[in-house]
Amino acid sequence: MTTAQALALFPLRDIAATSLQELMQLCGQRLQAGERLLTLFGRPAPELGVNIIVVTAVLQPAQGALVILRATAQRGEHYRCLTAQHPAAQIFERELWEQTGLFPDDHPWLKPVRFEGERQQRMLEYPFFKVRGQEVHEVGVGPIHASVIEPGHFRFMCLGENVHHLEIQLGYQHRGVEGLLLRRPVWQLTPLVESICGDSAVAYAWGYGAALELMSNQPVAPAIQASRAIALEMERIAMHLATLGGMATDIAFLQGGATYGRLRTAIINASQRVCGNRFGRGWIRPGQAKPLSEALQQDLTRTLRAFAPDFTQINQLMLAARSVQARLHGTGTVSQQAALDLGLTGPVARASGVALDHRTQWPGAAYGHAPLPMVTEPDGDCWARMRLRMREVDASLAWLLQLLGDTTLNLSQAGQAQSSTPAALQAEALCVSLVEGTRGPVLQVLETSAKGELRHYKVQDPSTANWFGLAFAMRDNAISDFPICNKSFDLSYCGNDL
Amino acid sequence: MFKSIAVRKSQGTQYIPDLRAATPGGFRGKPVISDAACADGCQACVQVCPSRAVRLEPTQPDPVHIDLGRCVLCGDCEPVCPSRKLSFNNDVKLCATSREALTVSSAHPNLDPIKVSKALHKRFGRSLKLRSVSAGGCSGCEMEINALSNVNFDLGRYGIDIVASPRHADALVLSGPITRNMAQALQICWDAIPEPKLVIAVGACAISGGVFADSDALDRQFLDNFKPALYVPGCPAHPLTFISGIMDLLGIAP
Ligand code: SF4
Ligand code: SF4
Repeated sequence: MTTAQALALFPLRDIAATSLQELMQLCGQRLQAGERLLTLFGRPAPELGVNIIVVTAVLQPAQGALVILRATAQRGEHYRCLTAQHPAAQIFERELWEQTGLFPDDHPWLKPVRFEGERQQRMLEYPFFKVRGQEVHEVGVGPIHASVIEPGHFRFMCLGENVHHLEIQLGYQHRGVEGLLLRRPVWQLTPLVESICGDSAVAYAWGYGAALELMSNQPVAPAIQASRAIALEMERIAMHLATLGGMATDIAFLQGGATYGRLRTAIINASQRVCGNRFGRGWIRPGQAKPLSEALQQDLTRTLRAFAPDFTQINQLMLAARSVQARLHGTGTVSQQAALDLGLTGPVARASGVALDHRTQWPGAAYGHAPLPMVTEPDGDCWARMRLRMREVDASLAWLLQLLGDTTLNLSQAGQAQSSTPAALQAEALCVSLVEGTRGPVLQVLETSAKGELRHYKVQDPSTANWFGLAFAMRDNAISDFPICNKSFDLSYCGNDL
Repeated sequence: MFKSIAVRKSQGTQYIPDLRAATPGGFRGKPVISDAACADGCQACVQVCPSRAVRLEPTQPDPVHIDLGRCVLCGDCEPVCPSRKLSFNNDVKLCATSREALTVSSAHPNLDPIKVSKALHKRFGRSLKLRSVSAGGCSGCEMEINALSNVNFDLGRYGIDIVASPRHADALVLSGPITRNMAQALQICWDAIPEPKLVIAVGACAISGGVFADSDALDRQFLDNFKPALYVPGCPAHPLTFISGIMDLLGIAP
C-alpha cells in the first residue's frame, strides 16, 4: 500500500496482514534496496484474540510513496532480527520488544529503550556492556546533569584518554504518553500532544491536527496551512538559536551564549504575541490555526528584519574565531555512510551530507507555495552541525519574510476553520503523519477501530533514532568532547521517553 | 576584535530593569472568570479541560473555579463557554505559597499576594542557590528555568543562581510530574542538598501532574513528604511568574 504524501490515510482493508516472518523479510529486502525504515511498532490486538500482536512498518523509498507493511504475530514470537544486517532498525526492534515482547533473535543490542510497562523503576538494571583490560576505565554521568537539562545516564568506556564506547540510557522522563493519548476525547488532545516534547510543540500539534483532519475528511484552507508553517519555522529558528547558544556556552565562547540567548528571546516573544505562549502552544488546533492580522504580520516582519543583521553578525564572529574553529573542526564526526547506516534523520543527518528533509521532499500546500532549499553540510562534525543550524535559520528567515509579505495568502483569515467540530473519524483506518520539526521528522500514526474510535496512537520523535548517532560520534573522542557533541546533536529526552 | 565590539554594540542593554513591573505582551496568563450566569446544566469548560483544572460548584453566582495548580493555560475553555464567562489576561503573578491558595473564581479573581517570609528573607534574601531537577518535564519548564539566568531576566543580579551540585544548593527547583523512573534520582538529589533547604514546584506538572496527572507512570510520593515553599503555575511557567513569586517570598526589593 503506497501514497505520495507525508500525510497519508490507509484503509485497513487495503493492507494485507502477513506473518511476522514475512514482514521482517520484506522489510529487510526494502532496506537492502535503500529504502528508509521510518518506524516499526506493535500493539496488542485484543480484537483479534488474546496474545495477538499487530505489527506495522512504515518505509520511505528514495522516490515517491510511503509503504505500509502489516503483520499479526503471537505474543512472545521470535524472528530473525533486522539489526544485524541493517543497524538502522536497532531502535525499532528494541522498542517492539519492550512494548510487545516480540523477540528479535541475534539482536546485538537488545536493551530497554525507556523502561516502560513492567520495567519501570528498574533503571539500575540497565545491562551495560563491560569493557575489560588495562587502562580501561568507565565514567558514568547522570541522570541528573550539571546544567538545567532533562535527565539521562551516559556511561563512557574509555581507553586512556579516548572514549572507546558510550552507552546512553534513557527512560527517566517516561510519562506514559502513548497510553494517555487514548484516554481523552480524540479531538481534545492538543494540550497533551504539545507536551510530548515541549520544545517541538508546534511540530507535534500540526502533525496531530493534520491527521484528524484527514481522518475526518475535513481539509483546511491554505491560509491555515501557511499560518502553521509560519509557527513551525518560528519554532525551528528559536530551537536552533537555543542550540547555538548552548554550543557557544559549552566552549566558553560567552559572547555567542549571550547574543544567541537574547536573539531567541525576541523570536519566542513574537510567537507569544501571536498565540499567547512562547513555545507556540495554542497556535494550532485541529481544523484551526491562529490568524495573523495585518498588525501581527507587520509585527513578525519587523521582529525578523531586526533579528537578521544581528544574527549574521554574531555568526560571522563565531565562525571566524580561531578558538571555535579549533574546538569544533573534526570533533564528533559522523560520516555520511555511518549516518545512512544508522538511519539518522533531520539536521544531524543533513550535517553528514544526507539530503533528507520532508519540507522539500513532500512540501504540501505551505512549502509548495514557497519552496525551501535543502541545506546540507558535508563534514558531519560539530562544526558542520553548527554551520547547518546557522544556514537553516537563514533559510527559514528568508522563507518567513517571503510568506509574510505575500498578500495572496490571506493570513488574517487563517483562524476561520471550515470546520473544527468533532466529526467522525474514518473507521478501520491508519493515518501516518510526518512533520519536519527542528530535530527531523516527527511521526505520528493513528489507527481507528471498526467504530471509528482511536485504537492506537504511535509517537516517534526523531531523537529516538538519532541518540545512537551521538554515541557513535563520541568514539575515539575524549570525554571532554562530550558536552559539545551532545549539544551539537541537541536531542530530546522526553521525546524519546514518551 | 572589532567584530566583537560590533556585536557588543548591537547587543545594547538587554536586561529588564524592573522585573516586577514587566508585562509580557500577548501572554495567555491568568484566567478571568466573569460573573455571567452559566447556561443551565452546562459543563462545557469542565469537559474540554485537559487537566481537570475547572471545578463547578453549586455556589451561585460563583460556580466556576479554576485551579491554577492544574491549569495549563491552554485557553481551550474560553471558546467553548456559551456564556462567554472565561478569558485570559497577561498577568504573570500566579504564584502561591500553599496549594489551596491557587484557585481563582469570579468572587476571588486574584491570588492573594505572597507574604514575605521573614525567615527566608533573613537566610536567603541576598543569596539563593537553585538546583533544578526535571522529573518528567517536557523541556518547556526546563527552558524557561534556564531563561531565568539569560541576559534579559538576569536573576543573578539578586544573588539567585542556578548551580551544578546539589551540595551547593539551597533549593530544589522541581519540574515535571515525577515519573516512576525518576523518583529515586530525585530523592537522592534532595538528600544531597544540605539543610536548611526548600522545594520550589515549577509548572502544572510539578504542582499537580498537569496533563499527565492520570498516568500510572508517575510516582509523586516525594511531594507527600516535602511541601513546596513556592508553587509556580504555568505550562510552562513563564520566567516572570517564577521571578515575581520568588522575589516576593524572599522580600527582595526591586
Ligand atoms: S485554560 Fe486552564 S482551565 Fe481552561 S481548559 Fe485550559 S487547562 Fe483547563
Ligand atoms: S508544566 Fe507544561 S511545560 Fe512544564 S514540564 Fe509540564 S508539560 Fe512541560
